[in-house]
Amino acid sequence: MAGSSTAAPKPGLWALLFAAWLLAAVAALGALFLSEVMGLAPCVLCWWQRVALFPLVVILALALFPPDPRVIRYALPLAVIGLLVAGFHLLVMAGVIPEALAPCQQGVPCKTVQITWFGFVTIPLLSFVTFLTLCGLLLVAQRKSSE
Amino acid sequence: MKQKNIFIAVVVLLVLVFAAGAFMFKQQQAQQAAALAAQNQAALVRADAPTFGNPQAPVHIVEFFDPACGTCRQFHPLVKALIAAHPDKIRLTWRYAPFHPGSDAVVKVLEAARLQGNFEATLEALFDGQDAWVINHTADVQRIGPLLQNLGLDSDRLQQDFNSPDVAAVVARDLADAQTLNVTKTPEYFVNGQPLPQFGFDELKQLVETELAQHR
Repeated sequence: MAGSSTAAPKPGLWALLFAAWLLAAVAALGALFLSEVMGLAPCVLCWWQRVALFPLVVILALALFPPDPRVIRYALPLAVIGLLVAGFHLLVMAGVIPEALAPCQQGVPCKTVQITWFGFVTIPLLSFVTFLTLCGLLLVAQRKSSE
Repeated sequence: MKQKNIFIAVVVLLVLVFAAGAFMFKQQQAQQAAALAAQNQAALVRADAPTFGNPQAPVHIVEFFDPACGTCRQFHPLVKALIAAHPDKIRLTWRYAPFHPGSDAVVKVLEAARLQGNFEATLEALFDGQDAWVINHTADVQRIGPLLQNLGLDSDRLQQDFNSPDVAAVVARDLADAQTLNVTKTPEYFVNGQPLPQFGFDELKQLVETELAQHR
């Protein structure tokens, strides 16, 4: 097993992966709370962000035992996809991208603001910040593991 | 090992927080619904809404329903059996909540049939043939004709009442009442003015039985 001889796990790597997993898990549970408990139907763009988010909870958890930096290779693309969709969603909500271009004509319009906390925190903003932080944590973890 | 313990503890904590949050949210929602219903009894009980059973019955169920709703269809025989199990003790009042696209037209046909004294037979014909006229969650009033053929309805009068502003006003009023009471899903039941603590036939039965016991 020459390829997988990860030697001694780098200190701090576990903590970074754990933080990324915790963030993904809290975000996933939060999304489920909004839709399943509070009954807010997710719009199409929300669904695409969920597609990127939910698998992260599982694969990041699996990479904790034993600590496996190779997970970054699989997790980072998902986080980037989520970030792009969340960014697109924010632009749609802000009206920068016209409604006709938004791929959500039926069901819940993606432009609809369902929740606003403290006057500016909306669900897509939370999603964007979550994916941005996930990308950051994973990039730092990658740096750490390749030192 | 320490890392594993941290992980397990956090998983348990997250699940517990989620469950507690869900429980508290539902509890709060049920309290709000009960308060809303208590404040808006006038919107809940309309004297001219279609009703079934003994008018003096001690237990009064008000059902907001949509003929295009599959769960309403499934609940219909269950509620009828519940009423039959307690003869003269339960009265049922129907309120229209046509939330499916196109369903408002079907509800107008139903109200027009009621003016001919044919509400229940028409409702049951609509439920029985639901698959024929509800396609992809959209109601198509053009397809209900064959279902109503053998009910002995006067079709000229039906057409006339279908277009009458009075019938449209009844449907609009029921929808406005549903909004007042925050009824957003069908079927929604109120027993002697109280909403169900949680949706389900067992919950309905339990609330009915509690009310029956109190009015014995």
